[in-house]
Amino acid sequence: MRFPAAAAWRTLLRPGDVLVVIGGLALCVHAVAVLWQGGRPEAAIVRAGGKVVAELDLSAPRVLDVPGPLGTTRIEIQPGRARVAADPGPRQYCVRQGWLTQAGAVAICAPNEVSLSLSGRGADYDSLNY
Amino acid sequence: MTRSTIELVPSLKDRRIARHAAAAIVLTVAEAAIPLPLPGVKPGLANIVTLIVLARWGWREAVWVALLRVFAGSLLLGQFLAPGFFLSLSGAFASLVALGLAMHLPRRWFGPVSHSILAAFAHIGAQLVVARLWLVPHDGVFYLMPVFALAAVVFGLVNGLVAARLLQELCGEPGGERGAPRSSAPASER
Repeated sequence: MRFPAAAAWRTLLRPGDVLVVIGGLALCVHAVAVLWQGGRPEAAIVRAGGKVVAELDLSAPRVLDVPGPLGTTRIEIQPGRARVAADPGPRQYCVRQGWLTQAGAVAICAPNEVSLSLSGRGADYDSLNY
Repeated sequence: MTRSTIELVPSLKDRRIARHAAAAIVLTVAEAAIPLPLPGVKPGLANIVTLIVLARWGWREAVWVALLRVFAGSLLLGQFLAPGFFLSLSGAFASLVALGLAMHLPRRWFGPVSHSILAAFAHIGAQLVVARLWLVPHDGVFYLMPVFALAAVVFGLVNGLVAARLLQELCGEPGGERGAPRSSAPASER
């Protein structure tokens, strides 16, 4: 269905006006991208026995093996996220937590004394469960 | 008849400014009755009048109308010298400066819609700066920036379109070359 009224309104728009509208919307998107980025993690901090053993940038994928009392815990990093890929602990809580994506998120493998946490600006929660 | 030296005779221009300011004040008061989800986000319908005055009578009269509207509107709403008044005033000043610059853009390309949106952005910019410096001394106010920016685009577009349409009705010139007759005239505002 055509709206003749809409066409009449459109004639009131000049080419530059359309550009200004587009520019304004682009500014909105930019503002959202810049200002609503709370919770994006910047680095993964790996601790073993309470001591920091590695602080990894979250830009490039890599795998890190951390030794503990029970065996080796495998930490996997991908751009923007990190997880405990394998752990010798009996209940696998830290493995089943899956990928950590929020700044402040922590996966703790208590039996093997290894923890993985994400640092970043605006860390809101220790962990999120759904 | 001998005229007293202190007698003030309103000129045609004074009457014009008063008439437009009255229309803007009516819109301000009417708009205050509209419930809005977020404090600070409002359509700013009175700026339609400012845009029309700017296009027809120039920047100086637009300044008069806008500032009279801010003062009288705040008096009517009981907001005079309250924080909201200073936010309105700073927004009005900033948008008037923006309008003063934007009106020199090539007319062929940039119409009332551009003026309206640019002024709306200047308005929220000044308000956020004043709010940050004085009312909410915390960077948290900028968290709402995207919401205000979107409101500036949407309401700027709507106000600009209405102003362009009214200008078309009033002088038949700006906004479009088409002179198609229209049956229903919007608000009998002049």
